[in-house]
Amino acid sequence: MTAASANDIEFHSVTKRYGAVTAVTDINLAIPKGAFVALLGPSGCGKTTCLRMIGGFEQPSEGTVLIDGREMNGVPPYRRPVNMVFQHYALFPHFDVEQNVAYGLKQARPKLAASEISARARQALEMVRLGGFEKRRIHEMSGGQQQRVALARAIVNKPSVLLLDEPLAALDKKLRTAMQIELQTLQRELGITFVLVTHDQEEALSMSDMVCVMNAGRIVQMAKPQDVYDSPADLFVADFVGKTNRVLATVEADGATLRLPNGTALALRPGQKPGAATVALRPEAIELARQPVGNAGALTGTVTHRIFLGSTAEYQISVDGLGDFLVTADRRSMQESDLVEPGERVVLTFDPGKVHVFPA
Amino acid sequence: MPLTPDRKRQLTTAALVAPAGIWLFVFLVLPFMAMVVFAFGERAPEGGYQAAFTFAQFANLPSRAAAFWNTLMIAPVGAFLCLIVAYPVAYYLAIKSNPKYRLMLVSLVVVPFWTSLLVRTYAWMYILGSRGIPNLLGMIGIEDIRLLNTPGAVLLGIVYGYLPLMIMPIYVSLEKLDRRLLEASADLGAKPVSTFFGITLPLSLPGVMTGVALVTILLLGEYLIPQLLGGGKVFFIGNALVDLFLQSRNWPFGSAIAVTLVVVVVIVLSVAMRIAWKVSGSRQVDLV
Repeated sequence: MTAASANDIEFHSVTKRYGAVTAVTDINLAIPKGAFVALLGPSGCGKTTCLRMIGGFEQPSEGTVLIDGREMNGVPPYRRPVNMVFQHYALFPHFDVEQNVAYGLKQARPKLAASEISARARQALEMVRLGGFEKRRIHEMSGGQQQRVALARAIVNKPSVLLLDEPLAALDKKLRTAMQIELQTLQRELGITFVLVTHDQEEALSMSDMVCVMNAGRIVQMAKPQDVYDSPADLFVADFVGKTNRVLATVEADGATLRLPNGTALALRPGQKPGAATVALRPEAIELARQPVGNAGALTGTVTHRIFLGSTAEYQISVDGLGDFLVTADRRSMQESDLVEPGERVVLTFDPGKVHVFPA
Repeated sequence: MPLTPDRKRQLTTAALVAPAGIWLFVFLVLPFMAMVVFAFGERAPEGGYQAAFTFAQFANLPSRAAAFWNTLMIAPVGAFLCLIVAYPVAYYLAIKSNPKYRLMLVSLVVVPFWTSLLVRTYAWMYILGSRGIPNLLGMIGIEDIRLLNTPGAVLLGIVYGYLPLMIMPIYVSLEKLDRRLLEASADLGAKPVSTFFGITLPLSLPGVMTGVALVTILLLGEYLIPQLLGGGKVFFIGNALVDLFLQSRNWPFGSAIAVTLVVVVVIVLSVAMRIAWKVSGSRQVDLV
């Protein structure tokens, strides 16, 4: 097979079983060179298993994994051109920072000169802004610093793919946001493929340029972050990525009218499959008004809770005949007096184009 | 007068430490002091101790040089052989064995302790004795092989008897080893052998050091194995002491030997610990 491939990683019908348990089922996946891909899903969805099969810590029960066009079945981790940032970092406690980073370089055969090892380790530490920390012991470093050491250790061998297993899960929120930006910057500087595993949808959406949503061992949707958010492939994605309001309803025979359980009829984009369906609507797609505005999507309800979030406010609204809805209102255009108070009656309006219909 | 919290804490600590402290003082410190006093005394004509102040007993030490030599050579060598045999077993138990059966396998290690060491060592005496292996070898024409009453027999008995004490601490330190460190090592390009010498072995050193120290210290006072498997030919200080206290009833000389052994052990151990600490000091272990 030719070494040159447009894809760094390919999965061909990969299935992985542990005894009677099937962790991933018939995965087909192609990760283009230089991409930043996030494998996103709830715990137990098989995302970590996929990552570990790329790293070589697990072998597929069926199918093949290709790295840079070469079949990798049976190839041990130490012969693969990928490196991994482990969850909880897995730094070597008996080495100092520089020894940790230099470890990968010391494995090279023929051996590298000590001066080159040291220079490249220091260069990697500079890249993660840890210059000057070379002689520190691991337990003297903070969580955020350990994260950077793990990063430096993983990039020092210049892998063609960097694997990241929940790399930010152990950091506090502020640090996490800062590291998200740093990881993006680092990926651009290195120009190599990043594969990130996370259960945090915000992390996946903010960093990657391709999100692969997984559920119950299968890939549900693979698309750009905004497409995953705006056009979820199914109800699971709509629910898992971002917040969503769900209502059971019926699409009428014309394929363009939605009949809600409370009797309200809504106009839809034409061409929907008639029959029972679940509709999903993002909280920010709904506008609140105290007075009815036009006719589009006329739902009414009573505000039950308001959660003030600074730039936005979240409302829980008991919609007449439909139950609780979540609505996010942007405050930029609002006056102080525009904040709706709990107990007030409101009208909910939305663009029919933003309603997602999933046939039951 | 009400107790301050600090005072209370001190009293609690004292109450907790007191039983062990009193026990050790009465049964270890006092007897040891008595032994030091005896060591400078004289043997009474009818045996036992007679008050005096003389260095004669210490001057006489070279007459038991063989016992010292055997003890101080065979104990560390025996501990080292134990280590060589124990490490692979501990490694297999902690890392390679199926976790489902691990507990059972580990308990198998201590099963020999269910039978007295005396009985088990006696069995070896028979196996190594003239009616055992040498007899079998004789049948295929290999005559005049002596196994019993050699240093080799004593070492064999030591490895056999003390193996579980070496396996356990090494097993514990390997079992605590974070498997992700081994994966990280492989991920960074280290072949299994490099991972073992670069990561696994250094991180299990605390267990190795504990095992070696434990077995060595116990061996320095060993009596049974050299008695049974060494015959009169390979004897330890323990054997010399039994001889002096129970046979010739020369308590002062026995005390001098015992005191000297304790002093030698303390010196050897503190030097060894300092060296070991220096080696592992630069690779301080942090298992959190």
